Amino acid sequence: MSPVYYLYLAALLFTIGAAGVLIRRNAIILFMCVELMLNACNLAFVAFSRLHGNLDGQIIAFFTMVVAAAEVVVGLAIIVTVFRSRHSASVDDASLMKL
Amino acid sequence: MSFPLLTVTAAVPALGAVATAAVPAAKRAAAKWVALAFSLATLVLAALVLVRFDPGGSRFQLTESHAWIKDFGVRYELGVDGIAVALIALTAVLIPFIILAGWHDADPLEEQRPNRRWRPTQGFFALILMVEAMVVISFEATDVFLFYIFFEAMLIPMYFLIGGFGDRAGERSEEETATQRSYAAVKFLLYNLAGGLIMLAAVVGLYAVTADDLGTGTFSLQEIVQSRAAGDLSFATSTERLLFLGFFFAFAVKAPLWPLHTWLPNAMGESTAPVAVLITAVVDKVGTFAMLRFCLQLFPEASKWATPVILVLALVSIIYGALLAVGQRDIKRLIAYASISHFGFIILGIFAMTTQGQSGATLYMVNHGISTAALMLVAGFLITRRGSRLIADYGGVQKVAPILAGTFLIGGLATLSLPGLAPFISEFLVLVGTFSRYPALGVIATVGIVLAALYVLVLYQRTMTGPVKAEVRSMPDLKARELIVVAPLIALLLFLGVYPKPLADIVNPAVDHTLSVVDEKDPKPDHPVDAGWFSYSPMHDGASGGAK
Amino acid sequence: MENLIGLLVAVPLFGAALLLCGGRRLDGKGPYIGTVLAAASFGIGAVLFADMLGRGEHDRALHSTVFSWIPVGGFRADVAFQLDQLSMTFVLLITGVGTLIHIYSIGYMAHDERRRRFFGYLNLFLAAMLLLVLADNYLLLYVGWEGVGLASYLLIGFWQHKPSAATAAKKAFIVNRVGDVGLSIAIMLMFTTFGSFAFAPVLAEADRAGEGKLTAIGLMLLLAACGKSAQVPLQSWLGDAMEGPTPVSALIHAATMVTAGVYLITRSGAIFNAAPDAQTAVVTVGAVTLLFGAIVGCAKDDIKKALAGSTMSQIGYMILAAGLGPIGYVFAIMHLVTHGFFKAGLFLGAGSVMHSMNDEVDMRKYGGLRRYMPITFVTFGLGYLAIIGFPGLSGFWSKDKIIEAAFAKGGTEGWILGGAALLGAAITAYYMTRVMLLTFFGEKRWVPDENGNEPHPHESPGSMTFPMIVLAFGSVLAGGLFSLNDAFVKWLEPVTGHSHGHSPLSAAAVTGGTVVVLVIGVALAWAQYGRQPVPRTAPRGSLLTRAARRDLLQDDFNHVVLVQPGQYLTRGLVYVDHKLVDGVVNGTAASVGGLSGRLRKLQNGYARTYAVSMFGGTAVLIAATLLMRAV
Repeated sequence: MSPVYYLYLAALLFTIGAAGVLIRRNAIILFMCVELMLNACNLAFVAFSRLHGNLDGQIIAFFTMVVAAAEVVVGLAIIVTVFRSRHSASVDDASLMKL
Repeated sequence: MSFPLLTVTAAVPALGAVATAAVPAAKRAAAKWVALAFSLATLVLAALVLVRFDPGGSRFQLTESHAWIKDFGVRYELGVDGIAVALIALTAVLIPFIILAGWHDADPLEEQRPNRRWRPTQGFFALILMVEAMVVISFEATDVFLFYIFFEAMLIPMYFLIGGFGDRAGERSEEETATQRSYAAVKFLLYNLAGGLIMLAAVVGLYAVTADDLGTGTFSLQEIVQSRAAGDLSFATSTERLLFLGFFFAFAVKAPLWPLHTWLPNAMGESTAPVAVLITAVVDKVGTFAMLRFCLQLFPEASKWATPVILVLALVSIIYGALLAVGQRDIKRLIAYASISHFGFIILGIFAMTTQGQSGATLYMVNHGISTAALMLVAGFLITRRGSRLIADYGGVQKVAPILAGTFLIGGLATLSLPGLAPFISEFLVLVGTFSRYPALGVIATVGIVLAALYVLVLYQRTMTGPVKAEVRSMPDLKARELIVVAPLIALLLFLGVYPKPLADIVNPAVDHTLSVVDEKDPKPDHPVDAGWFSYSPMHDGASGGAK
Repeated sequence: MENLIGLLVAVPLFGAALLLCGGRRLDGKGPYIGTVLAAASFGIGAVLFADMLGRGEHDRALHSTVFSWIPVGGFRADVAFQLDQLSMTFVLLITGVGTLIHIYSIGYMAHDERRRRFFGYLNLFLAAMLLLVLADNYLLLYVGWEGVGLASYLLIGFWQHKPSAATAAKKAFIVNRVGDVGLSIAIMLMFTTFGSFAFAPVLAEADRAGEGKLTAIGLMLLLAACGKSAQVPLQSWLGDAMEGPTPVSALIHAATMVTAGVYLITRSGAIFNAAPDAQTAVVTVGAVTLLFGAIVGCAKDDIKKALAGSTMSQIGYMILAAGLGPIGYVFAIMHLVTHGFFKAGLFLGAGSVMHSMNDEVDMRKYGGLRRYMPITFVTFGLGYLAIIGFPGLSGFWSKDKIIEAAFAKGGTEGWILGGAALLGAAITAYYMTRVMLLTFFGEKRWVPDENGNEPHPHESPGSMTFPMIVLAFGSVLAGGLFSLNDAFVKWLEPVTGHSHGHSPLSAAAVTGGTVVVLVIGVALAWAQYGRQPVPRTAPRGSLLTRAARRDLLQDDFNHVVLVQPGQYLTRGLVYVDHKLVDGVVNGTAASVGGLSGRLRKLQNGYARTYAVSMFGGTAVLIAATLLMRAV
């Protein structure tokens, strides 16, 4: 099977993730969509690795996983804190950053 | 290595600023004395510079040169010519008087005392000394980048002096005064910052051009002038013009030249009289000085190219400033517009490109500094007494405070360039210098002397003469401190009006040099009289014949 | 001897400095110090005069360079003095009359609390005036020129609490400044033409320059002279200047300062001789002013303003004479000196009258004063006879010569000028007789004022009558002495040059004509003011009279043509500066602010909006990259 199909799948997943980030308001779902996008990238990296026959893509995929893990830790902590103080996980409620 | 006199002259007021700022809050009286002592020490050092300077000697003297930022060819390079010496002397002379005149300017703020670390007095005098240090080093710097840094840095203390300290409210509400003041300060800052940023672009451009032609970029004035003379460095015509405009814009804002002048009346009107003097008599002089030193010498060809336009703008400044001064109702704004008119004369003299014009312009800078200081400080004493800046609120002061009125009149007469007082000489030289190359401009500029008489005498008549107004009836005459401020300034005006030769002798060689860089020569008289007539003149010792 | 010249200026200057800075301690002694120093400078002048007489007539000029003043490149100005016969004449007039007026002021100003300052200003005036006539170059002359302007400003406005005095002082200074522009430009022209502005080189080599240049210089000098000497069109300040104390009017606005224009033109004779067009302008100004001043003098009821009109007119004679060239210079100066005596005397007499009449100046409220003030009457009367040119008295000798010279100009021009001068003589006789009759003859017309104070006319104290007596002697004798054996002509000829014109009329005919018009003028005045009683309030009068009362509408003219447009201009410019120049700047600031306000709306705080913009941005970047690659 051609690795190109993996790229199509990665693109599809990325689009779904992106659309979710733009459309949904629940912070948790948003978060999952971000994860989806990251994993789509991972998939693309691994596919490219296979395509070019070297390990660079796989190494970067590992880096991405580490960063994603760290991000989840911090991100979830923030979401939990926000939920505690506001009793809502909607990102539209947290719009105090505007000038 | 010889004693770094120029560095020390600039460093002493800077140290003074630190020392003044460090005085504890409880001892604010001491802060005044510390500031005064440091300003006097600077005066002594400036006198030393004056003595050590040899008018007949090399172009730049007392030079110091150290590498600073090697990668960009920036050097710590100081040196003074006659023009710089004259202006350093002016600055050093004026600052002690400004400090003395502003002795109580910070007192209203002291009364507020929101917390224990509140010390406006220390701040006021430290800022003045800071400005002095920066102005002095601007006059000394022969490295363009070094000059630029202090030229811009000056804005910071000036911003706080204008925005932080002002006259008591008087007729207007406290709040309105504060609004007006911060408006003036921000306007001052933005105007000068805009000029400075455009200049920064030109400074970078200058580096690029020198880096291209010389291999290593440089900001050294002397090196650039010499390489140009030797033919190693050449500017493309359009590049030179752009760079010139970048520099000139910044200096024209600072000077200020019409139509970039509107910040000055606001800034001078809202700040206290001593700060107003600091602006117009000291800080603004850096602008006109820099035109002479940097614009003309770095970009002689472009200077000549721009001359017609600049001369017209200068002429407009003269007439426009004077006419607006006639129309003012506020004493300080009137003096500000008069200053705009006078800066027009200075710029006219510089760009007339004759020895009389440029020597006259340099003397004008010095004389205008002294005369405006005299007039403005006395006006400040007057305003403090009555608490109003409006001309209409005064009348008949002459009767109750004759010494105040007398000194005010002398300051005013100096401003209208009465012969016998110093400004006459510089104004006449500027006019002659302009006339000998551009007769029509010279004639129009001469009309300025009528308008000067008009605004000064109208001001004097409305404030000092006529029936005594009830509000000024109990006005006290000048106190000892105020007299100490005014009397020496008046004495200087008289001395430089009667015997300006020492100053002229210092300035003339520097002007000759500037003109040789620009490659301009004085126009010759149409029908020169026989040289024998001048045989009694010291300049023509060898000439034959005697006065017939 | 040379060093004494500098001292001549220094002595009154020292007096001015001492009196003005001396403080209250000198209040009492001030007047005496001032007077002694003025007398001292007269003494020095007399010593120099004696010394000068002792030398041959072409060897009389002294020169002394004190120091180099402004040396800048080819521009060399020195503080240097030159004392020749012309300067000497002025030195003696200035210090002589000046000293007398100091003495007079001791009595006149005795009750003024600021008299120390008054004498300080008077000394300042003497110093500046001496500098003016002793300078050896035009720039130093300019210093004296403005110096006397300053002294005049300070003295006209001496009673500053009166708004009218302050306004008059300001007006005088500013109108003079307009003249000074002329002097400035003349000096600049000399510098660019000759490379010098010292008298000796410029005047010796004047004819080397083209006539156009010389005409320009001449016209600029004339403008300067018009300002200082109150000639048409810059005459408007002199009448108002009478707001000053009367001794000031006598010294500055009659005898000395206002004649500086005549000095300037005479001194610059070499330039004018080579520029006939400029000379024509000079004689025109002189002729117009002599009639203008005389007409104004006829209509004024204020005794000082009538005399001011007369001064204007008499200086018109001098300017006319100076414009005639070498045939007139000597007589211009001769009339200047005799005028100095009789006009100063007349003003002092007027001051004496006012002094005893509670400072009333309206002649219609005088009348019959000869009985109360005999000395004033006699001295004033002698001055009167001198000014109208009564045969044998000073004015006769000098004015007659000017009229003769005017005819001698030749051609139509000569007839016009001579005719104008003769007409002027008739009007002079008329208005002076009017002054005389209104003041000293007829019935007493004064009444108590609102407070019930009735003036008690009395003779003035000795310190005031003494100078009047001395000046009366001068008025009677000076002209005759000068004309004896042509002494004055011979004295000045080496400096100014002199030539006899060819008059179409014989000298006797001119003299006869002068006497005839004199009689007509006096008779007319007698018919109007001597034979019938004078009303206390002025009748409405003819159109000309009303115009003359308003100084022939000169102020109205200036107001409409200069002052009002000027006011509109400055007001307009203040508006423009605020709205337009500042408006552009503030507008820029406002538009930047407005733009940032719009941009700020993009920052709405919603995370998804930011996400969209990020995605959009990324998409644009990728598209751009792909596009670039494709191209």
